[in-house]
Amino acid sequence: MNSPEVPSAHGASGTASWPGHRRGHRARWPEWLAEKAIFAVSLSTLGLLLLILVFTAREMIPLLLGRTNSALIQEVIPAADLDRVPRETLRRHLGMGRAEFESMDRATLEAILKTREEALEEVPPSFRTDPDARVNTVSWRHLFLPHAWTGHDRPAYVWQPVGTIHKYNLVPLFVGSLKVTLVGLLMAVPLSLGAALFVSQLAPPWLREWIKPAIELLAGIPSVVLGVIALLVLAEALRRWLGYASPLNALVAGIALGWTAVPLIFSVAEDAFTAVPRSYSQAALALGASRWQAAWQIVLPAALPGVLAAVVLGFGRCMGETMVVLMVSGNASQLSWSLLDSTRSITATIAAEMAEAVSGGPHYQVLFLLGTLLFAVTFVTNLAGDWIIQRLKSRLGGTP
Amino acid sequence: MLLGLLAGMSGGAALAGSVTIKGSDTMVVLTQKWAETYMALHPEAAIQVNGGGTGTGFAALQARATDICNASRRIRAREKENCLRAFRKLPREYPVALDGLHLYVHQENPLTQLDLPTLAAIYTGAITNWSALDGPDAPITLYSRENSSGTYEFFKERVLEGRDFSARTQTLQGTAQVLEAVARDRWGIGYGGAAYGQGARHLSVSRTRDSEAVAPSEATVVSGAYPISRFLYCYVNPDQDLGDVAGYLRWIRSDDGQAIVRHLGYYPLPPSARAD
Repeated sequence: MNSPEVPSAHGASGTASWPGHRRGHRARWPEWLAEKAIFAVSLSTLGLLLLILVFTAREMIPLLLGRTNSALIQEVIPAADLDRVPRETLRRHLGMGRAEFESMDRATLEAILKTREEALEEVPPSFRTDPDARVNTVSWRHLFLPHAWTGHDRPAYVWQPVGTIHKYNLVPLFVGSLKVTLVGLLMAVPLSLGAALFVSQLAPPWLREWIKPAIELLAGIPSVVLGVIALLVLAEALRRWLGYASPLNALVAGIALGWTAVPLIFSVAEDAFTAVPRSYSQAALALGASRWQAAWQIVLPAALPGVLAAVVLGFGRCMGETMVVLMVSGNASQLSWSLLDSTRSITATIAAEMAEAVSGGPHYQVLFLLGTLLFAVTFVTNLAGDWIIQRLKSRLGGTP
Repeated sequence: MLLGLLAGMSGGAALAGSVTIKGSDTMVVLTQKWAETYMALHPEAAIQVNGGGTGTGFAALQARATDICNASRRIRAREKENCLRAFRKLPREYPVALDGLHLYVHQENPLTQLDLPTLAAIYTGAITNWSALDGPDAPITLYSRENSSGTYEFFKERVLEGRDFSARTQTLQGTAQVLEAVARDRWGIGYGGAAYGQGARHLSVSRTRDSEAVAPSEATVVSGAYPISRFLYCYVNPDQDLGDVAGYLRWIRSDDGQAIVRHLGYYPLPPSARAD
């Protein structure tokens, strides 16, 4: 991990003939220390990333292994049978560790079994004969495939994790997240790429000095503030203008999301445009191209890998943004591709439901599964973006 | 963000000499008012109030991270089991106030009353247009609370009888937000606590199609004539029900404590359920 710019103390013997090197070697020990310290910090970032992944993944392991059962009606050992059931069976039934089980006295065990019977009695009569009551709603089948629940006339994707029968279908949430993300990108990408191209290639220097910091300042506005503006102003204005029924929907959320992604996409794309060697556009200008032609036909294609990186980062930002979506999307968990329908995203779901999900329960595990999937999606898009950039780079001949 | 939430959940352990209260978000404002007044009467007491939701409150009660759990519903069998596992006893239950669930529509909506079966049909998505209720031909926009709220659960259990909300139902973060959404949306309907705001109107509710509709008011909620109301509770570990905890719980259920309830949009306990 030693960077090539800073000669390391250990690699010094090979170049000992370089005059002045030994003096430099002595003077550089703080640098060596600093380098190692920075390396340690960057390593700890990597470690933190890994820890986060392990932490989120750990909570959903029972779900992955199929050990979680969220069925409404589950098998019960009657409290009266306490002495007849083998102790090991009882321990497994209660899901207790050995130490915890041994520490329980008989009265407590009996009381616990009674509460299980009570849980069964709490089931409303109309659900006793419902086949759905015996369905394990956190099995993979029910997490991803539609199911003909009682009361729905055809198989449906249902996310209703609170109620008598907890339904955890993740598909509406994925579609919701993708829907608002796509609107956000449609809004942010042309705007920020245009602005970046203008600032780096076309704008006179005095104007550039104003526009660039102004756009980058947008990144400093907390997304909750953007959310409030979208909620109070944008939602109402768009509804009056387009005349649809529900003021909170995917379109409004997507547009507001676009605002949050603009500064990021702009910054990365602007860097990519600026990194294209001046000689490219100067050569084009010398051959008689207009500034616009040089920017559009020479600089933009040359900076394509960087631009793609900007879009991919913007995608990640939009998928991960929480507050704006939570505030203005309406949060209805319906499966629909219409932009005028209210929609619920993965991030908003985690934010809104985590506080009430009982730690370690099925709902809690499913929320962690959502978090891990979100992590995986952004990771894979970033990886794919990186791969595309590498391929393009080699094809276009090495400009970043 | 997750880390932050988790830190928030596990933190806030009870300090020695002070009372911590955690649980239902519905009850936070009410509890703060109670705590303030109680501390003014008893300067030596220190009470700390947290929200987070009823389920979180029970989780904290099991972990002994709170002395009192505020709950906008009764304790579940599963939560009783967790308490037994944690401290070998069932928590003690005190009803502390009444909450009437109000229905709001836009003030220009001609509808004045609804019966529970029709309300359920609206929220499950069987009725989607106001014309089915002799109103104008306009689609109904459904507003609901977020599914982490006790109000959502109560509505789903009592009004929808366990059936699913229509997938089109929009969920908002609090009663004030629902009220504001309805005030902005001519064809919206929402539910929540006894909050009042400009632009929205409260509906009278009847139990069945034939029975008489009742407007929500203190008299009708306390007598039980208004069909959608619930008790709010405090739960406490019996071993902890001493000193300031016991004093506070007795005081909020007294006439003085119940006088505060009325100012905050809830309804006082019927006299028979109060502490002396």
